Amino acid sequence: MRIRPLGVFAVLYLVFLYAPIVLLPLFAFNDGTVIAFPLRGFTWGWFAELGNIPALHEATLNSLIIACSVAILATCLGMFAARAATRYNFPLKGGIMGFIMLPLVLPEVIVAISLLVVLMQLGLETSIFTIILGHTLLCMPFAIAILQGSFAGLDQSLEEAAVDLGETRAGAFRLVILPLVVPGIIASLLICFIISLDEFIIAFFLSGNEPTLPVYLWGQLRFPARLPVVMALGTILVALSIVLLIVADGFRRRGLRKMGQNDAGGFL
Amino acid sequence: MNLDMNSGPLISLNGVNKYYGDYHALRDISAEIGAGEFFSLLGPSGCGKTTLLRAIAGFEEISGGTITLSGKDMAGVPPNLRPTNMVFQSYAIFPHLSVEQNVGFGLRKSGMGAANKARAIGAALDMVGLGHLGGRAAHALSGGQRQRVALARALILKPKVLLLDEPLSALDRKMREDMQVELMKLQREVGITFVLVTHDQEEALVMSDRIAVMFEGEIAQLADPEELYRRPATKRVADFIGVMNFLPAQAGERLEVAGLGPVDLEGVISPQGAVSGACSVGLRPETLSLLYDGETARSREVRGVVDEVVYYGDMTYYDVRLDGLEAPVRLSMRNTVGRDVLDVGAQARVGWDPRAMVVFPD
Ligand SMILES: Nc1ncnc2c1ncn2[C@@H]1O[C@H](COP(=O)(O)OP(=O)(O)OP(=O)(O)O)[C@@H](O)[C@H]1O
Ligand SMILES: [Mg+2]
Repeated sequence: MRIRPLGVFAVLYLVFLYAPIVLLPLFAFNDGTVIAFPLRGFTWGWFAELGNIPALHEATLNSLIIACSVAILATCLGMFAARAATRYNFPLKGGIMGFIMLPLVLPEVIVAISLLVVLMQLGLETSIFTIILGHTLLCMPFAIAILQGSFAGLDQSLEEAAVDLGETRAGAFRLVILPLVVPGIIASLLICFIISLDEFIIAFFLSGNEPTLPVYLWGQLRFPARLPVVMALGTILVALSIVLLIVADGFRRRGLRKMGQNDAGGFL
Repeated sequence: MNLDMNSGPLISLNGVNKYYGDYHALRDISAEIGAGEFFSLLGPSGCGKTTLLRAIAGFEEISGGTITLSGKDMAGVPPNLRPTNMVFQSYAIFPHLSVEQNVGFGLRKSGMGAANKARAIGAALDMVGLGHLGGRAAHALSGGQRQRVALARALILKPKVLLLDEPLSALDRKMREDMQVELMKLQREVGITFVLVTHDQEEALVMSDRIAVMFEGEIAQLADPEELYRRPATKRVADFIGVMNFLPAQAGERLEVAGLGPVDLEGVISPQGAVSGACSVGLRPETLSLLYDGETARSREVRGVVDEVVYYGDMTYYDVRLDGLEAPVRLSMRNTVGRDVLDVGAQARVGWDPRAMVVFPD
């Protein structure tokens, strides 16, 4: 078989992308405090230890509260924006939509610092609440992108048909539009949840004395002895993220199928 | 035709105008549509047919004029409160609902009991020949079936007017012809006024009691199919409806038609009144005929050479180059026993009749 340069590139790319992630569980199950080869033996010990750290539980709770709030907030706001963008024409539409999508490409550090400056100017304490605001800002573009796909796939005459058959505009939205975009809404909720759960920089700047999981993890890196525990926690986070992502994409695809459309590439 | 004009027209359009920004999409549309009438809006793409239909349904606000339905001004009345229902071009079948749920959608607010509803849905589905498909998921339907579901869904509400936006354009030819007949039958059965939008002139001619031909937001002619075909009001209408040959002519004492010779002005059709000077004479292909050996024209004849032959099975279309005429004229012949199809280049005698001529000033 001939070796193709692009094939080699693809393989190298995948190795660099996934090797570190594969190493994570490897050391999480390794019976030794030193993160180095050769591996010693198999153990569930580090995972068991996770249960004995109250600070970790607190951080987990913080993260869950934040991630859930952000998922709901960003998805609701994203729905307004996506609906406006697909259904209505208004002046400066392109510019406005561009601005909303901007956080997607802004360096997160810059966003985090600016937010911190604004909060300090307003005299607000950093807290779970401020992280929720920051994460919502960050998640909005993703929510909009996903939901726009759902809304754009809808034939506008569906809504008109419902109105024509006697429903009010609100009724048409509830009975026809909403059921058809539910898969998109679920996908958006899950994606925003993961992004918020995994996000570090904004949380780091805005967390004050209420750390999220990633911020807690970062703090533990100072103690080499805790490294295997960090690995175990990281393994759980990665596994959770992957599962949620797959579920989310499943919902998105189901939504498209429901409307009898072909899949034009996922966000996976 | 079952026109009930006693109680005034069902729909009356009075100087309806519609602007999209600067674009003048509907220009002074006035027309009256009677109860029980099968009315068609016919015109090329972009002429404003859909816009007018949507204005009647209440989806487009008009910029000027009035639309009244059974004598009531519809200004400000939202679509859900108008006695109209619509069959959308895309059918707009709700993909997340079953066929039954789709058809019964409009009954949600009717206050009917479940048993009555089920009976009404069954009856509506039977009416369009889909009685056996009630439980089917809507996204698992063929194009023709979707169209029937859309019809049943709209008709179940017994609207005064059914608005149809190119309902047959997505079907293949055979299916379309079958559905044309079925729609006509259905309309006669239910007695509801149908307003059909189409860009297919044949479809409009076959199905309609009356047709409004539209160009660029204006009604160019409103007439019944026969009138429209035989006495088109303008050259443009004549060209749009069916096929028409146009021959240059000069009108004075008599009508001097290029390639055919002089004709008395009294005998010809002139929809725009008396003509003089340069004009065009329109002749439908079926009013011209090829004369075979031994046949003589009932009226007059002229010689020519066959330029092109298009064979359709039952019919043959010939393009014949007449002596003294630049462009060939098209004529159609029914293929019957004893009439061989001529070959390209053959000498031909063409019979024609001044009574079939339609004259338009240039
Ligand atoms: N929302 C709109 N904004 C601006 N222009 C519009 C809008 N809707 C329609 N138009 C314009 O109005 C004109 C008439 O449109 P309409 O949809 O009524 O045409 P139509 O006769 O139904 O054509 P077709 O046979 O292609 O469906 C078109 O030139 C179209 O571009
Ligand atoms: Mg149209």
